[in-house]
Amino acid sequence: MTEIRYLAPSTLDEAVKAFAAASGAASILAGGTDLLVQMRAGVRQPGTIIDIKKIADMTAIEDLGGGAFRIGAAVSGATLAEHPTFGKAWPGVLEAINLIGSKQVQGRASPGGNLCNASPAGDSVPAMVAAGAVVTIQGPNGRREVPVEAIPAGPGRTTLTPGEIVVSFTFPKRPKGSGDAYLRMIPRTEMDIAVVGLGVNLVMEGGVVKEARVGLGAVAPTVLLVEDAAKALIGSRLEDAALEKAAEACRAACKPINDKRGTIAYRTKVAGVLLKRVAAIAAQRAGGN
Amino acid sequence: MSKLHVTTTINGEPVEYLCDASASMLDILRGPLGLTGTKEGCGSGDCGACSITVDGRLVCACLMLAAEAEGKAIGTIEGMAEHGVLHPLQQKFLEMAALQCGICTPGVLMASKALLERNPDPTEEEVRFWLAGNLCRCTGYDKIVRAVMETAADMRETVR
Ligand SMILES: Cc1cc2nc3c(=O)[nH]c(=O)nc-3n(C[C@H](O)[C@H](O)[C@H](O)COP(=O)(O)OP(=O)(O)OC[C@H]3O[C@@H](n4cnc5c(N)ncnc54)[C@H](O)[C@@H]3O)c2cc1C
Ligand code: FES
Ligand code: FES
Repeated sequence: MTEIRYLAPSTLDEAVKAFAAASGAASILAGGTDLLVQMRAGVRQPGTIIDIKKIADMTAIEDLGGGAFRIGAAVSGATLAEHPTFGKAWPGVLEAINLIGSKQVQGRASPGGNLCNASPAGDSVPAMVAAGAVVTIQGPNGRREVPVEAIPAGPGRTTLTPGEIVVSFTFPKRPKGSGDAYLRMIPRTEMDIAVVGLGVNLVMEGGVVKEARVGLGAVAPTVLLVEDAAKALIGSRLEDAALEKAAEACRAACKPINDKRGTIAYRTKVAGVLLKRVAAIAAQRAGGN
Repeated sequence: MSKLHVTTTINGEPVEYLCDASASMLDILRGPLGLTGTKEGCGSGDCGACSITVDGRLVCACLMLAAEAEGKAIGTIEGMAEHGVLHPLQQKFLEMAALQCGICTPGVLMASKALLERNPDPTEEEVRFWLAGNLCRCTGYDKIVRAVMETAADMRETVR
């Protein structure tokens, strides 16, 4: 076995430089709840491990006012749960992140790791897609910003180019009447991988949906933004017909696999069921805001 | 072989060790440091037998690199009893027979302590969700959950 190096740079520039210099032989370490499992299983053998948690930006939570937030890519779910205002502005995103694993896993697991691991079933991803979160990326060629849904490229693959590191997620301002929610379907009540995961973010005015976004996970090679579902909801009062149309859009977006957790037919059906349930929760929250 | 030199604090005591970059915290605790109270059930984050705290935060020692302990405060089961006096959770687990083989017990205790520090009056459902990452294959969860609930009640009584 060749020797592994461990680096814990304190600045982003150093981290990017080291990551780029290793040209593919290095792995970024956030909470390690995917990386260390993969290393132990022998499916990942990085020559260098770059721990990003000593970089201040990576673990910061910034309340930008008006419901807008910037959260560092390596913030743990447990830290985010204890933040005084984040969960009030973005309850759906927080509940999605807090569904990841056990309390012990929550102590380390980060949204950046969840996104970059690129599992189609990553729980935080549909909620962040629905939220319209923007990812800030730093690489050898500088900084760029893309929507969350632009990162996953397929199971275990991202659109990040060599040397690029996800720095933070920016969540937009929350207009009055905003609400978001996330639910996943799993065969157990805890500690399982989503059969379907679905996030909805709504802005309502006088009972009418003004803005909507729907993120759908675990039913295709990547998490999806389902624009047709959002279109069906916008302008409606979430009447049965509008909800059914949005549910149909979710079912149509599914390209799932058959596995021990769920068949293609089951996953597809559940996607529609979840759309209705999650939209109801998001609407209720929007009413309280 | 260049080993990493790590300076950390374990159960309040300053500790130094050398480790490979790929060594887990669990490897170092159970190996060179001889702190074998922290158990290895799965090595993949599923069972919670390796539960420790890092700066007060509950984590799996099997999913943390030993190198990451630099400058941190680590808490293990060996630090739970103070001056030879068992923690109320430990005492209650004995009284209520909330363990059989004991492999899961250090992790369950570390997790339960972390819960009661944050929530002194948890509901049964909250206890069950909090301990969802701690697997026990012999006691059954009822005795464990009841022992945690009773300890919480006792500790609230003592505070009053
Ligand atoms: C017992 C257990 C239960 C789990 N349950 C769930 C669950 O219910 N739902 C779920 O979605 N996941 C679950 N997971 C998977 C995992 O916990 C999550 O995907 C978690 O969010 C990963 O975050 P991390 O910080 O630990 O990532 P790491 O393991 O540190 O990193 C994950 C991957 O992303 C890369 N990476 C990390 N951060 C960055 C960055 N900023 N820039 C570029 N690349 C980066 C790493 O190199 C690695 O490839 C579970 C894991 C375990 C062990
Ligand atoms: S040994 Fe760490 S969770 Fe099982
Ligand atoms: S007492 Fe044996 S595993 Fe819990």
